[in-house]
Amino acid sequence: MLTARPNLARDILIAAVALALLLLLPYVWPNKMINDLVIRVSAFALFATSLNLLVGYTGMVSFGHGMFFGFGAYAFGLSMQRLGVSIPTAFLITVLSSALLGLVVGAISIRLKDIYFSFITLAFQMLLYSTVIAWVPLTGGDQGLMGGIPRPPFLGVDLSIEAHRYAFAVTVMVAGLLILRQIVESPFGYTLRMIRDNTERASFLGINVFRAKLTAFVIAGVFGAIGGMVMALFVSGAYPEFVNWTMSGEGIFMIMLGGLSTFIGPAAGALILSVLNDVITRGTEHHGLFLGAVILLFALGLRKGVTDFIADWLRLNREAGSRGGN
Amino acid sequence: MLEVKGLFKSFGGVAAISDVTIDFPTGSLTAIIGPNGAGKSTFFNLISGGLTPDAGSVSFNGTSLVGRSRAQIIDAGIGRAFQVARIFPTLTVEESLLGAVTAHRQRAQNITRRFPLPEMRDRMHEVAEMLGLTEKLGVTSANLSHGDQKLLDIALALVLDPKVLLLDEPTAGMGPDERWRMIERVHELWEREKLTLIFIEHDMDIVFKIAPKISVLCYGRLLAEGTPDEIRTNPAVIEAYLGTSHEEAAV
Repeated sequence: MLTARPNLARDILIAAVALALLLLLPYVWPNKMINDLVIRVSAFALFATSLNLLVGYTGMVSFGHGMFFGFGAYAFGLSMQRLGVSIPTAFLITVLSSALLGLVVGAISIRLKDIYFSFITLAFQMLLYSTVIAWVPLTGGDQGLMGGIPRPPFLGVDLSIEAHRYAFAVTVMVAGLLILRQIVESPFGYTLRMIRDNTERASFLGINVFRAKLTAFVIAGVFGAIGGMVMALFVSGAYPEFVNWTMSGEGIFMIMLGGLSTFIGPAAGALILSVLNDVITRGTEHHGLFLGAVILLFALGLRKGVTDFIADWLRLNREAGSRGGN
Repeated sequence: MLEVKGLFKSFGGVAAISDVTIDFPTGSLTAIIGPNGAGKSTFFNLISGGLTPDAGSVSFNGTSLVGRSRAQIIDAGIGRAFQVARIFPTLTVEESLLGAVTAHRQRAQNITRRFPLPEMRDRMHEVAEMLGLTEKLGVTSANLSHGDQKLLDIALALVLDPKVLLLDEPTAGMGPDERWRMIERVHELWEREKLTLIFIEHDMDIVFKIAPKISVLCYGRLLAEGTPDEIRTNPAVIEAYLGTSHEEAAV
């Protein structure tokens, strides 16, 4: 009767296998394009999965999640350029400052419901975008952070070497997803599902809805920022488009393409969207048109993401199997 | 004892509850009846912290509940179920109850362990047993029958160990057979758990059969209270609400 639930040991095992495979990939298939793709997907997978903590698990549709991705890229880049700190220190600064940003923006936005919440997160993102564009001496304005981000070696890791950069990106991604997985499968993760399903009832059970939502918002912001940090390391800079509303839009697309009812869906969506972007950009000048058509197909035609389909198919098979067994 | 004194609440100048005073002794079973719009659900909301009264007092065992947060009112021992079952559609019965126990025991924010915490299971099974939901634990709440959804709604309230349980039309939307099964279960629960139980009900057969005490609300005022016999023969109640058929039925 009791449904089997994924335990931590199983998740760690899956993460370890996935990490080993990703680390082996460059040796099995040495290809710069694939390497670059995997690094970008690592950044976006963290970004999309953290956004899904809000959208899929808590029912909070943030249109401004890109602000954390961009903020992470700039906070990390600026720490390295201006403060001359080590990479772990800059990482810590990025995490703490993005948590603070999440706390402030969340505390204001969460008071609003539904579409008003979506709009105010978008407004905060545009505020940050305008600041980045206008504050030229600090951010380089529309040129972005120029001059490259210094990458001093730490603990034997030298991120100026491409292989190290690749290994670092996939390790951060897998570790980040493992932590997010733990969070969504924890008692807190189920508190979020209860809030999503019936906020009023959750509060009548004594759940402090505001506190839970704010916690989710801060966690999502921090992991979104870590995604941005990985991206900043990869491109050795930070650009205004990271903090623009289109970044938030891409996060929503990734969730839609990959599916929001499975944990791995948004990460799969990050892969799908990145591959689509690459292929379509190479094939045509009108890449927005084709991308739009593919997304429309998913949204209107399938009404589900890819992993939702797989999950449904597996469940139907299992049910058919157990009926057959009886 | 739950004491309501001189309670007032109006919405935009229209009085929904006006000057209502009722005592609910510990362990009592009271039915609240009255025509639609009499203020019954508002009355429940005022007790359970869903609404704040304009004037008057609600106190439980001597401590005032007015102005306290929902969480505080729950902790004081006031639980409620809803007219339209408020459940968690995508969660199974088991997950919903475990989630409720977890919240009640202050573990809703825990991120270091896995759901469900094993120490929550006993209480979950206990409550499922009380309401006959043990067979349905693995069912996703949205797929439950209407009656089972109402039972789950009550179960969610019971998880919180209430001393007072408010049931807003536990039999709403049910067929005749299902109604009686539901009300028998509620009655059994009241006896076994020694709860102070207050329920809103439209079916007079049910009310007169199981409620030792009845309070009648009409246009936000307390029209009458008493035993089934007193209510059945009260002229004001007959005129306002029952009509003549019940009077005849009583004779």
